[in-house]
Amino acid sequence: MTIEKRSSAFEYAPAPESRAIVDIAPSYGLFIDGEFIEAADGKVFKTLSPSTEEVLSEVAQAGEADVERAVKAARKAFETWSALPGSERAKYLFRIARIVQERSRELAVLETLDNGKPIRETRDADLPLVAAHFFYYAGWADKLEHAGFGPHPRPLGVAGQVIPWNFPLLMLAWKIAPALATGNTVVLKPAETTPLSALFFADICRQAGLPKGVVNILPGYGDAGAALVAHPGVDKVAFTGSTAVGKEIARTVAGTRKKLTLELGGKGANIVFDDAPLDQAVEGIVNGIFFNQGQVCCAGSRLLVQESVHDELLDALKRRLGTLRLGDPLDKNTDIGAINSAEQLARITALAERGEAEGAERWSPACDLPESGYWFAPTLFTNVTQAHTIAREEIFGPVLSVLTFRTPDEAVAKANNTPYGLSAGIWTEKGSRILAVANKLRAGVVWSNTFNKFDPTSPFGGYKESGFGREGGRHGLEAYLDV
Amino acid sequence: MSEQHNRLSVFKTYKLYVGGKFPRSESGRVYEVSDTKGNWLANAPLSSRKDARDAVVAARKAFGGWSGATAYNRGQVLYRVAEMLEGRREQFVREVADAEGLSKGKAAAVVDATIDRWVWYAGWTDKIAQVVGGANPVAGPYFNLSSPEPTGVVAVLAPQESSFLGLVSVVAPVIATGNTAVVVASERAPLPALSLGEVLATSDVPGGVVNVLSGRTAEIAAPLAAHQDVNAIDLAGADESLAKELEVAAADNLKRVLRPQPVDDWFATPGIDRMTAFLETKTVWHPTGALGASGSSY
Repeated sequence: MTIEKRSSAFEYAPAPESRAIVDIAPSYGLFIDGEFIEAADGKVFKTLSPSTEEVLSEVAQAGEADVERAVKAARKAFETWSALPGSERAKYLFRIARIVQERSRELAVLETLDNGKPIRETRDADLPLVAAHFFYYAGWADKLEHAGFGPHPRPLGVAGQVIPWNFPLLMLAWKIAPALATGNTVVLKPAETTPLSALFFADICRQAGLPKGVVNILPGYGDAGAALVAHPGVDKVAFTGSTAVGKEIARTVAGTRKKLTLELGGKGANIVFDDAPLDQAVEGIVNGIFFNQGQVCCAGSRLLVQESVHDELLDALKRRLGTLRLGDPLDKNTDIGAINSAEQLARITALAERGEAEGAERWSPACDLPESGYWFAPTLFTNVTQAHTIAREEIFGPVLSVLTFRTPDEAVAKANNTPYGLSAGIWTEKGSRILAVANKLRAGVVWSNTFNKFDPTSPFGGYKESGFGREGGRHGLEAYLDV
Repeated sequence: MSEQHNRLSVFKTYKLYVGGKFPRSESGRVYEVSDTKGNWLANAPLSSRKDARDAVVAARKAFGGWSGATAYNRGQVLYRVAEMLEGRREQFVREVADAEGLSKGKAAAVVDATIDRWVWYAGWTDKIAQVVGGANPVAGPYFNLSSPEPTGVVAVLAPQESSFLGLVSVVAPVIATGNTAVVVASERAPLPALSLGEVLATSDVPGGVVNVLSGRTAEIAAPLAAHQDVNAIDLAGADESLAKELEVAAADNLKRVLRPQPVDDWFATPGIDRMTAFLETKTVWHPTGALGASGSSY
């Protein structure tokens, strides 16, 4: 492993965001039927700050009996919630959107503490998108008959939703906003490493006066998720997470009436042609793979660069990586925060070691890692072939695999040579080439001359083993309607 | 009674339709097909797992060309299918009457509805993208467009009872949008489906776009549901327990699964659900740039 030493032109003074704005209680319950309650079996688990390993709080751990209670509460609430005029449901969602905006700084700090991602991202990306998502779907609630799903689109019933730890509150918004707008009620299980923002959201539901039982939050582990997905009282299952778990869920719901949407893994190709504006491309590549420490399902984790500009691009990219600041996620200057958990760090570490063992060339900028917490330096691999594990498997970390191509056809063939099909990027100045390549990529989201852009109006979801169904936009309604 | 010699008719050997050709089952097997009264009609090929795999290869090979054809062109080709069917109307009336135990009049109504259904779907090819796709008003300097794209190779288990109208009602929506299909004909009444292959072969539909297999639905469907190069499966022709088994197998590569839907009346005008079930949505972001003095803006 080569570590390049670069002298800093100037140093930054620490600029930490104050954590006084958020008041984390020493313990939290499950949120069922409008009340915070203990788990039936009394189990709890601790949630840590991944940047310091400090225990933030102790959280009730949902089990099968709690799933039973929550589904029952949601089932009961469904009768009145689905019967409300859409305009009334809309106003609840608008209230929630507004309260999220009012409390966004608090929630950004909370999310950064519990997840480890930089405050710059939670403040500028996660939270604005959360509020925007609730605003967007609030507006749909009383317009569903115009959405193109028939004159009387009906809700499905109780939605069982299982979300990941990489964008805890944003994934909650993607799941809950369309579900409530269409008249469904919700039982949502946040990830075990990031339960706090969902529990704060439960408090927002109370502030908004949301009828009890419409939203139920069950912090817990995979067993709680599995019980929720399998529960016969659930009409709709929505899952964001790994492809392996997604397949297991698809098997579980087989032969039932449950409607299923899955948003799973990816191995996105970011394709740079020789006529691309290289400086912009470098920014896009960095954003594509180091945004949220690469813990993004649509990350541009495979860089496909045209051979003729390979050296020039890699030089520029390495120079840029040398300027990334890794460290305290609450510091407003931080670019790279902590990896979410020890388990994820171990997985990233193992896959990077595999990359080296299989003969790819590893490089990281000079980078001091903090003593405590879970950290991984931004890493890129060159001399990567399509057969390498790091070119095929989702690493879900700040690790970029660089491959080359000569012709557009080869770029397309390599980009599509994966069982995944979530995202891709194209960098070129030639408009017709953007359209031709975008047309041939088997991916649900394609960014041309940009990367990792999200918007509540823009449908998001994968082809092939990246899952099915779309979240966002008019398309996102279909997952929660009986059509 | 006069001793008049009646001309001996020529029987048709019913064969599979795979990759634009008419092979027998590689297994050499056939099974007896009878009308609803139990009278022998023909021997149909009893397809094997290998036949299913060959059909997938043919469908995959055809996918690039068919999905890449213009929507207008696909519409022309599908309309041509209706034209060819019209010319063989009498043959299909006879086959449907035999297959479903219908009077000639009722069978004629089925065939007419089937031909009209091809026309209906032919007209959809260049309209579905405008109905289910469109520009999304994102909050930023981007042009953001969602477009439907075909899922890929779709395994279609044709309805067991409605051997022709039901068959076309599940096959036409799959190929109208640019998918290619491996169709498992009604097990008891496969002859209209096998004859449809002859129509497709003379209708400018490229070989491999539709492949028709006859035989035991459960036997052929199992390898299709588990096949890693099949992208989706329509379980219309599967009973409850088979459907569940196939849906479990389909999860291995996350096939899009259309569960069996109760259909009261195949004559009713279908909605667009059978098309959207086998469409992906691709969303592309383009920076809109700005025409200021600052030059490039992304």
